Amino acid sequence: MNGAAANPVEYADMQGLLRFSHAHLAGCRLLLLRVREPRQARRWLARVPVLSAEKSPRLPRHAVQLALTAAGLTALGLPADVLAAFPEPFLGGVAGDANRSRRLGDTGANAPQHWRWGGAGPEAHLLLMLYAAPGDLDTWENEVVGEGFDTAFEVLHRPPDSRMSRTEPFGFADGVSQPVVDWGQSLKLEVGGRADFRHDMALGELALGYRNEYGLFCDRPLLDPRRYPGADELAPAVDAPGLHDLGRNGSYLVVRQLAQDVAGFWRYLEQQAGGDDAGAESLACALVGRRRDGAPLLPGGRPAPGGINDFDYDDDPLGRACPLAAHVRRANPRSGDFPPRADGPLSRLRATLGFGRRHRGEDLVASTRFHRLVRRGRVYGEAPDTGLHFMCLGADIARQFEFVQAAWMASATFAGLQGQADPLLGSREPQLGGQPTDNFHDTRPGAEPARLTGLPRFVTLRGAGYFFLPGIRALRFIAGCGESGNGA
Amino acid sequence: MITAPVDERRLDALRELLAGMNRAPGLADPRNTLVPFYQFGTLHVARLVIIEALTNDDIRAHGEEPRPWPPTLAFLGDVDGDGEWFLAELAVRAGEGLTRIFDHCVDFSAGHSDLLAWMRDHNRRPAANYVNWRGRTLRQVREEAALVERLRAHLRSPELVAMRGHPLAQHAALKARVDIAVAEGKLRLSEPEPTPAPWWLANILHLLAWPLVLLLLSPLLVLAAPVYLWRLRRLERADPENRERPGRAHLARLAEQEDLDVSNQFNVFGQVKPGRFRRLTIRVLLGLLDYSARHVYRRGYLTRVQTIHFARWVLLDGGRRVYFASNYDGSADSYMDDFINKVAWGLNLVFGNGVGYPRCRWLVLGGAKHEQKYKYTLRRNQLPSQCWYKAYPGLTAVDLARNAQVRAGLALRRPTRAAASRWLELL
Repeated sequence: MNGAAANPVEYADMQGLLRFSHAHLAGCRLLLLRVREPRQARRWLARVPVLSAEKSPRLPRHAVQLALTAAGLTALGLPADVLAAFPEPFLGGVAGDANRSRRLGDTGANAPQHWRWGGAGPEAHLLLMLYAAPGDLDTWENEVVGEGFDTAFEVLHRPPDSRMSRTEPFGFADGVSQPVVDWGQSLKLEVGGRADFRHDMALGELALGYRNEYGLFCDRPLLDPRRYPGADELAPAVDAPGLHDLGRNGSYLVVRQLAQDVAGFWRYLEQQAGGDDAGAESLACALVGRRRDGAPLLPGGRPAPGGINDFDYDDDPLGRACPLAAHVRRANPRSGDFPPRADGPLSRLRATLGFGRRHRGEDLVASTRFHRLVRRGRVYGEAPDTGLHFMCLGADIARQFEFVQAAWMASATFAGLQGQADPLLGSREPQLGGQPTDNFHDTRPGAEPARLTGLPRFVTLRGAGYFFLPGIRALRFIAGCGESGNGA
Repeated sequence: MITAPVDERRLDALRELLAGMNRAPGLADPRNTLVPFYQFGTLHVARLVIIEALTNDDIRAHGEEPRPWPPTLAFLGDVDGDGEWFLAELAVRAGEGLTRIFDHCVDFSAGHSDLLAWMRDHNRRPAANYVNWRGRTLRQVREEAALVERLRAHLRSPELVAMRGHPLAQHAALKARVDIAVAEGKLRLSEPEPTPAPWWLANILHLLAWPLVLLLLSPLLVLAAPVYLWRLRRLERADPENRERPGRAHLARLAEQEDLDVSNQFNVFGQVKPGRFRRLTIRVLLGLLDYSARHVYRRGYLTRVQTIHFARWVLLDGGRRVYFASNYDGSADSYMDDFINKVAWGLNLVFGNGVGYPRCRWLVLGGAKHEQKYKYTLRRNQLPSQCWYKAYPGLTAVDLARNAQVRAGLALRRPTRAAASRWLELL
């Protein structure tokens, strides 16, 4: 299938964040806004110079990107039945439902009522993301907000400014593994189509309106222009003739402010290692699943052949080199559609029927390619008040972010483990039946101590939100909602 | 599975009564007074569900008038050994509570004095049944869990800590401690009970009978196959698909009882596509499923899925409807994704005959691979449980298998060093 010919990518209609991390703009400022005056807000939105994903000969000197919450879409006048066609997690919001919080592990000290933003209190409507050199952020903010901004919006919260950094605050290389987006749309897309793990990811896993890893389109609002005047300005829906696509070139953005207790992290590890620095370092590597420089933990201590991101865990099914519970192994288990070494048709048939497992725990983890996150996070603050603005993009919040967070991070039974939630992100809250989640087993031979119990909390959630990052035409359409004759 | 239609005027009262048995939404308090589940020494999982036809109107897409389906109370339990014994035990231990519960059913209120006879009358055999590990009794599960807990505690003791790096010594020391605990009556490790000879005989007959029947019928089947496939493809091309999303309130009702334990319960109730062709197809396929679950998939996995404890499929309303109940590890989303990616073909075989299911080709292709459509259809037809009980909270199917391995490894008389360290890794 030549997807590119059938459905060419419209970079000019896509916000730049989908394609770039704006790494050359080291400073980033987030503003959480609430609409005060919808007419003014729409007017402002119609002229905000959102940066597109087109490549320009010179790198931009600053950028602004914009995302909206479900409440924001309502406040701007998007008709309720259009809003209802958005997927459930976006509508419900990350903090809107105790059941969601329980699934995501946003409990105890991480529960929404303790957040600095996104939890209790008035709901944010917009997320304004400003990128510039750190010294230029103030000027750039003034330029972007411009006249009429204060009548249009109230600034609900300003999370601390963040910066591009190769290492996260605990001291480990960050952002090593990113899915490689298939912009050329040449991947073979079907269930069971890729036996082994690869970094490539279908464009439709990131941007709405393109084919995803199933070869299908993620759900999004498709509008009939006869009912919604102005909708004909939107791109036609590729998969539904006559309808126009509000999601096209858009994506969903998940933001979580993760405060990191750097001193507490290292203090604990040193205690466990009996004051031995090398021991603490080794234990930290086991928790993270990488060395500080980002090198993976592979059998025999060998380096990854083609760079630090070129490996999988097929040769380490029992976690003797990298513990199963390690953070990066959970976040990206690098599993394929079939268990390892099911290469030929016969061995695949055997695997499909469930036979021929070689190790305990084999084939327990879902195929990774359906659960990838395009990360755009940055580091904020200085110790003791430091952490990560975790930001990830994806076309399906439930299947991507929520799946990874719930089934792989927060779950104490990932890959057949017992009582071990993510060693870095876990809230440490016991399960309803009292079973612990705060254990960690360092399964490397000779590891000492091998069994940690009662891990303290190293990371605390300070705020979070689910946002829709619209395509640029969609943003203009939203800005036109509620105006005469539009979006009736 | 005991089923009986509920007196609709008393539906809310029944819901309230059943909710009173719980300690969290949908999750049973084992010591509730109506059915004190904790007293049942052979009961692994149980649930009470009010089966309602929420998607009854979907069949109109086929041009058929929906048949009436009164809200029906179902009681399901998975037990060791004979189901008849379990019914009798229920009548003894929970007679009063069950009488109060079943009293909300239409034909019970007519004045039944003999609860056991009534339950027998209303008991329905599943068309297919899956058990994660045939022959693993609740007693075994509990004894092995206690064993592992004790071993882990010992492993933290100074004596054992001092032996680190000496797996053989650790194995021997732990074994000695367990022997003492057993001798002192602090730990029990019962021998497995022998399987009764008649059961074995019946099982072997069952194992042979199906292939034999198929062999005898094979000339006929070969002749019928082209006609069958021609008809199948015609239907598959024309069958309408569900286009509706599950309602938000419905999803919230399901979500509130999910992920309270490491395991979850799941109920789906839907209609079989109209016509004898589909009804026959699903009956035969469920028969095959039951056969393979009984003779092939009996040791920890159902094809690639290793996370189901118990599952059953029951045909109701003269084979026009299917009820599916399962007990699985992990969250509902990962359960659905796991199935799509690992066993779409298996789902298609059975649920492909259900109204609204995404389009299949040749019974096994397509279907669940329409990920979003599949998830919407499944969720729309999913029902919450009124009350769900699991005898070993906090333990997954993988944990149970691991615990059994621990016990087996402990019994080794002269393990090699490598075997002893592998065994210690299990702890």
